Amino acid sequence: MGMHAYGGRYDVGVNAVEDRVGGMGGGVHGANPYLPRICRVRRVKRETYNTFTIDVEADGFRFMPGQFNMLYAFVGEVPISISSDPDNHEFISHTIRSVGHVTRALCSLRAGDSVGVRGPFGNPWPIKEHEGSDIVVVAGGLGLAPLRPLMYHVLANRARYGRVFLLYGTKTQRDILYRSELARWRARFDIDVHVTLSRADGRWHGNVGVVTSLIPRVHVDPMYASAFICGPEVMMRFVARELLNLGLDANRIFLSMERNMKCAVGLCGHCQFGPEFVCKDGPVLAYSRIASLLNVAEV
Amino acid sequence: MPFIVERSDFGQFFTVLKGMGYEIIGPRVRDSAIVYDRLGSVDDLPIGITDHQDKGVYRLRRRDDQALFGYTVGPHSWKMYLFPPRMRLFSAERRAGNLEVVEERHEPRRLAFIGVRACELHAIQIQDRVFLHDIFKDPVYEMLRKDVFILAVSCTVSSSTCFCTSMGTGPRVGPGYDIAVIEVLKPVHHFLVEVGSSLGGEVLSNVRHREATREEVESATQLVESNARLIGMRRSMDTSNIKELLYSNYGSKHWDEVAERCLACANCTMVCPTCFCSTVEDVVDLKGEHAERWRLWDSCFSNEFTYMHSGTVRRSTGAKYRHWITHKLASWIDQFGTSGCVGCGRCITWCPVGIDITEEVKALQRDGGVVVEEEAVR
Repeated sequence: MGMHAYGGRYDVGVNAVEDRVGGMGGGVHGANPYLPRICRVRRVKRETYNTFTIDVEADGFRFMPGQFNMLYAFVGEVPISISSDPDNHEFISHTIRSVGHVTRALCSLRAGDSVGVRGPFGNPWPIKEHEGSDIVVVAGGLGLAPLRPLMYHVLANRARYGRVFLLYGTKTQRDILYRSELARWRARFDIDVHVTLSRADGRWHGNVGVVTSLIPRVHVDPMYASAFICGPEVMMRFVARELLNLGLDANRIFLSMERNMKCAVGLCGHCQFGPEFVCKDGPVLAYSRIASLLNVAEV
Repeated sequence: MPFIVERSDFGQFFTVLKGMGYEIIGPRVRDSAIVYDRLGSVDDLPIGITDHQDKGVYRLRRRDDQALFGYTVGPHSWKMYLFPPRMRLFSAERRAGNLEVVEERHEPRRLAFIGVRACELHAIQIQDRVFLHDIFKDPVYEMLRKDVFILAVSCTVSSSTCFCTSMGTGPRVGPGYDIAVIEVLKPVHHFLVEVGSSLGGEVLSNVRHREATREEVESATQLVESNARLIGMRRSMDTSNIKELLYSNYGSKHWDEVAERCLACANCTMVCPTCFCSTVEDVVDLKGEHAERWRLWDSCFSNEFTYMHSGTVRRSTGAKYRHWITHKLASWIDQFGTSGCVGCGRCITWCPVGIDITEEVKALQRDGGVVVEEEAVR
């Protein structure tokens, strides 16, 4: 692969690009990248009061943790990160919050319906390049979805990583995603899972506060630790600062950025964040590469 | 080896290209402006017309001669044809939960562009880089671009808004054309013609021409060179360290100052020959059975451009202008290896309040101005 570990601006070499865009049957490369492929919905699962997970038949589709798809529901199209296990070759999952007319249409799909899919797109979490490291995963809200494939990969290859921490912060108890999975992961002795709520009632016995309040529970070797963060931009900024305070290297802190996306292939211009096209240079970017931009408003 | 085509024979380019199946697009007068549209013959060119351009000013005037190319660039650019403002990407049908997507079949068009200026040829090549030579290719652009014939014109006249010499894009036409001409009006109206491709050679072989003498080459070249000197004296942009200049000025107060003038009207992005941003619109019929996805030009000056569920990223006009000029002059270099500006001056002419990209760069250079809002983290 053309990506080197711990790099600032890691080079997207030809091989890496082939890997990234080769997922969709014939692949998007060379073909018309604007054309959705029709996929069959396998299952729609309600995660929370406003969040659903849509599984579609994989049908030869391959992706890497951190990549996203454009889902087309006839009335429009939205970027949705892929939230299933990259080794699951039967179906791919997308966790969607129902907030606009396209996401509402997606969440009202039923098993057997068809949906348009373009993808996979974007620069993945460089998790394979960080074997041998301690791993800190920090998720805020729906940001847990694009980190779930990374968690699956790390757990499937547990021996290749050092200590593993998952910090997850969300608003209230009813916003907690992937409950049964979180419970299973918490029951394991080889990873540390911490969940915090920013608002809680008497039924919650866990931590209350924003996700940065969990950082003191992270015990890693800062020289050999890598962090993967996804959540609202302001949350990622503060988490990255805390991790730098712990002594982590800015080249080993990765964020998944969000911007408006229309084409997902670097041609429509919407997702620019300074010189980065979030759709093709990102969404996963090293903190060291974007730190100065993160501190400017309205970039 | 340059050639001479007499004015009386210039029309043969049109008949020859038409005979080869080309649809001819070139400058013509419409709505008090010189726009790029279909041309039937050489007589459709804005013969004897010139344009007066300044900050926020565009007026057509009559010349006292019969020049075919005695004006500079108008509100249109060739992206009108290579990256159409409105285009259907696909259609879809839905019946009982089943979707079917129908790929758009584009009728192949063979376009001949007549009168492409040096800056515009650079702009086309910049859009080639964006649409054809990145990770993903734009299939629409590729289809429209591949058969384009380019008859380029080196400029012997310029507008006060031109600054191609600063951007290294003109006024002399560089590589990438099929035929390049310099129009010479005196003593006898003729064209110095250069061939840039075998296709160009094939076209010229069917147009009456002769070899140019050394004197003819020199006097035609002189016209372009003295125009270049005039452009350089009238308007310039110092592009040394321009990337660093803009990257170091994200926190400058200058953007607030620009925002007091800028209307965020998006004119500069519409007339810019390299601006490539687009959006899509999904249209569904009333029965909910037929849908279409259309691609439309978009502008970074709109609020919707950066809209996400969490809100609009660039709300203030200052942030929008900062994004536009930083992209054009700085991040474009990181993204595509060239500047996004060719110095055509359209954004200056068509800005309703006369904001001048060269002046804004000078202001930043004067301020040297790094006024950082928030301290950078490590």
